[in-house]
Amino acid sequence: MIPGPFDYHRPASVSDAIKLLADLGDEARPLAGGHSLLPMMKLRLATPAHLVDLHGIAGLKGICRDGDRIVIGAMTTQAELLASAEIGTSLPILHETALLIADPQVRYRGTLGGNVANGDPGNDMPALMLALDAAYRLEGPNGVREVAAREFYQGAYFTALEPGEILTGISIAVPPAGHGYAYEKLKRKVGDYATAAAAVVLTMAGGKVASCTIALTNLHETPLLATDAANAVIGTTLDDAALKAAATAARAIMQPASDARGPAEYRTHVGGIMVMRALQRAASRAS
Amino acid sequence: MNDMTPTREQREAALEGMGCKRKRVEDIRFTQGKGNYVDDVKLPGMLHGDFVRSPHAHARVKAIHTEEALKVPGVLAVITAETLKTVNLAWMPTLAGDVQMVLADGKVLFQNQEVAFVVATDRYAADDGVAKVVVEYEALPVLVDPFKAMDADAPVLREDLAGKTSGAHGPRKHHNHVFEWAIGDKDLTDAAFAKADVTIKEMISYHRTHPSPLETCQCVCSFDKIKGELTIWGTFQAPHVIRTVVALIAKIPEHKIHVIAPDIGGGFGNKVGAYPGYICAAVASIVTGKPVKWVEDRIENLTATSFARDYHMTTELAATKEGKVTGLRVHVLADHGAFDACADPSKWPAGFFNIVTGSYDFPVAHCVVDGIYTNKAPGGVAYRCSFRVTEAAYCIERAMDILAQKLGMDPADLRLKNFVKTEQFPYHSALGWEYDSGDYHTAMRKMMEAVDYAGLRKEQAEKRAAFKRGETRDIMGIGVSFFTEIVGAGPSKNCDILGIAMFDSCEIRLHPTGAGIARVGSKSQGQGHETTWAQIIATEIGIPADNIMVEEGNTDTAPYGLGTYGSRSTPVAGAAIAMAARKIKAKAQMIAAYKLEVHEDDLEWDIDGFRVKGLPEKVMSMKDICWAAYNSVPPGMEPGLEAVSYYDPPNMTYPFGAYLCVMDIDVDTGVYKVRRFYALDDCGTRINPMIIEGQIHGGLTEAFAIAMGQEIRYDAEGNVVTGSFMDFFMPTAVETPHWETDFTVTPSPHHPIGAKGVGESPNVGGVPAFSNAVNDAFAFLGSTHIQMPHDFWRNWQAAKSLGVLA
Repeated sequence: MIPGPFDYHRPASVSDAIKLLADLGDEARPLAGGHSLLPMMKLRLATPAHLVDLHGIAGLKGICRDGDRIVIGAMTTQAELLASAEIGTSLPILHETALLIADPQVRYRGTLGGNVANGDPGNDMPALMLALDAAYRLEGPNGVREVAAREFYQGAYFTALEPGEILTGISIAVPPAGHGYAYEKLKRKVGDYATAAAAVVLTMAGGKVASCTIALTNLHETPLLATDAANAVIGTTLDDAALKAAATAARAIMQPASDARGPAEYRTHVGGIMVMRALQRAASRAS
Repeated sequence: MNDMTPTREQREAALEGMGCKRKRVEDIRFTQGKGNYVDDVKLPGMLHGDFVRSPHAHARVKAIHTEEALKVPGVLAVITAETLKTVNLAWMPTLAGDVQMVLADGKVLFQNQEVAFVVATDRYAADDGVAKVVVEYEALPVLVDPFKAMDADAPVLREDLAGKTSGAHGPRKHHNHVFEWAIGDKDLTDAAFAKADVTIKEMISYHRTHPSPLETCQCVCSFDKIKGELTIWGTFQAPHVIRTVVALIAKIPEHKIHVIAPDIGGGFGNKVGAYPGYICAAVASIVTGKPVKWVEDRIENLTATSFARDYHMTTELAATKEGKVTGLRVHVLADHGAFDACADPSKWPAGFFNIVTGSYDFPVAHCVVDGIYTNKAPGGVAYRCSFRVTEAAYCIERAMDILAQKLGMDPADLRLKNFVKTEQFPYHSALGWEYDSGDYHTAMRKMMEAVDYAGLRKEQAEKRAAFKRGETRDIMGIGVSFFTEIVGAGPSKNCDILGIAMFDSCEIRLHPTGAGIARVGSKSQGQGHETTWAQIIATEIGIPADNIMVEEGNTDTAPYGLGTYGSRSTPVAGAAIAMAARKIKAKAQMIAAYKLEVHEDDLEWDIDGFRVKGLPEKVMSMKDICWAAYNSVPPGMEPGLEAVSYYDPPNMTYPFGAYLCVMDIDVDTGVYKVRRFYALDDCGTRINPMIIEGQIHGGLTEAFAIAMGQEIRYDAEGNVVTGSFMDFFMPTAVETPHWETDFTVTPSPHHPIGAKGVGESPNVGGVPAFSNAVNDAFAFLGSTHIQMPHDFWRNWQAAKSLGVLA
């Protein structure tokens, strides 16, 4: 549990950080909250020669409204998300989910950008970003580009980030007023990754589901957008048959690993149950 | 008397003696971060050691290359088994009469076994060195399943034992066999089963888990070459035993070994034994002439340093059709891992497992324990329980529920029908113990009344009907547990460690101004001895507890004691404290008689001093007696006021309790919710009710963890898959249920203050309560026994196998 040697850098601007990462090459890793990287370093499973700490870059923090979108700086912590009235009003599912991430101590340090950029299938926020169709701002030696969260995740710890690129911000369209939402997470204890989790964002009209997106956490090597499952409930009253159809469609795309949380069969089963429960709870919140 | 004269109640309250909810004095430093733990010990020039560990569960070690490691800046030495052989320390004796490799000698026998010890100027350099040691392994077939250990073609694990047909505990019948331990009357038991109306048989496993104290095991060893003295600061539950073991194996005279156990962050049995880290740090200090610190990390602690349990108990009960038990038969397959490193009293290879008859009046019983070797870490320590008592309590409490189910009886009624009756105490059990005192029926009935047991069963019947009608997906379980412990090891007639009788000790020295110090052979790891020991003394000799300093853990100053584990401190050291105090009181009475100019027999004790019988104004307080002891003792008497007592208990003590757990389980996810947990404990005389309550809360939380998910699990290749707190279930305050505590008081008749010990009761009684609740929840669906741990996915699997998932 003792990391190997490394050099520490603390740039003051995004451009300095990008230059450092370009100069230092493969041996450098950007450091956000550190809750994924530092444990890996302590186990010597990650042995970067250089850490580029992003905490000195003031511009990477903050939450602001830009028209009908919310823009969140990558270094905004989970605790800051929870303290934001704007998030509470516009994107309440982020509050619900942030409260299910680890524990208060971790949330003071852990960042939204780190959570979504790391590509760890156990992280909770990526599924929300899929459900909300968020866009990630990536900055690198070749300039700035925007990538949809739905295009970002390629495999466990593999993302659309190019070498030297940093995820600097997240932009999310504010869902319509009266939307329903829920994040259902089954976990063994506080601080654990999901055994299975489902995010739902929907709107209701005339007692029927008008629109719906569903995304899944830790049920595959990437977060999953469960499009068929969502389509199975649109236009229904979320009756028993519709819920079961959604669960079945969601289970069809799950491929969880068997681990100490349970065998794959169990995780797939409860994954479907999380979908059903999230749909019901989201609908109960919609107006 | 004027108004300023304190009343008797005020005088008594001022002592803060036994029965007082005195706040823990040690918490003043702990809550301010001012504790002094081993890792706080920093000595000039101190070096740091860390281990190269085996990735394999079973492999031959072909070569160890240390050259690159020695080139790492700061690395001073790499110690291997070859180094240790030069001082004859490549192997060390275990407390269980086996031997254990200190560092891999030719082969490794479990994953994360210690292979080499790198010594460097700081911890980072040591770990850089560890990363550079290259070990060539040749993988060997791995033995994980204990039920395959004694197959004819099972891999040979312990090549060092080749040809040895007997071990420390008798004959070995297979190359992976450690011992067979049998007790009870086989013929009578077989006869009871032959004529029984009803029998049950179930293989009840208590899975492998780990004590996992907050602070891991660690030490600092400092060898002074000039004086030839070795000082060891370490996380030791039994510092004197460590000193003796070091003297025996390192051949250093015992008076030149100083063992200091400073503040300890939890032990739970993890810190009783001697581990390779201690030996390597000591050898490294001797080799380098500098102090060497070894601090293991969490993964090392969980995977290499002493597991607990791993008992597989094939259990049979015989009974009449009316539900009177007539016989008990148990065969245990005990998985000891690669070496038998149990920390049991030497003559008890299966600990006190023969308490397995529990609280019930079994006329006959027979028990056989087979210890076996597998490719797993050694240990078998008593995780917050007396030796193998938790396994025994789980075995009998689960079996009684299974019998109740077969008889169609309520499990509480079955227990009430079979309890040892109050008038039978002292009670001689079929497996050889003499229970000192108990009142089981009163405790059980108090519990049943407190929780409205009949009401709970009624609610459960309604819930089961609703489940069958499809109106709910929750099932309700009621777990009853009634345990009898055996603690306070132990009487010299049957308990020793390496030949040292398991007494304990106390030395009290009172100062002229009415204050004093008590040094005790026990060693608190969080139990609050500094608080409670002073309370015993306060009540015994009338000096306020606040005026008594309690000191433990330094072998140079404390009298020889066997340490703290197995709930032995109050039964043994607590008795020594009372007996030392009584010696002081006897001398104090002589001094008071002289000063008051009466005969000793004319004095009587009155809270905090002596008074002349019939003359209540003529008094001498203990405080004044202390002063007199140093300036005006009776002619011919030595001055001073101090005493030492070594207490060899005449018997064990037998705490007991009645627990009940109410649990709801969602069959679709396996998620459980502990709705209620009630714990009634009878630990005899209660010294500090607040500390008792804290002990119960802590032990119940551990029991909850063990029953509901905490395990050390291996895959088929012998890799530990639960090697960190991510996967080894360590509940937080959020998961931990609310605890209701209650008590009855049945003093021990043979203990000086009637106390029995309590720290481990909740772990012993709690595990069966949780497991019985889960099993009870599923019973109406046709289940008889579901193995622990009962984590979510296993509950779901149980529901699935019972056909209740659509």
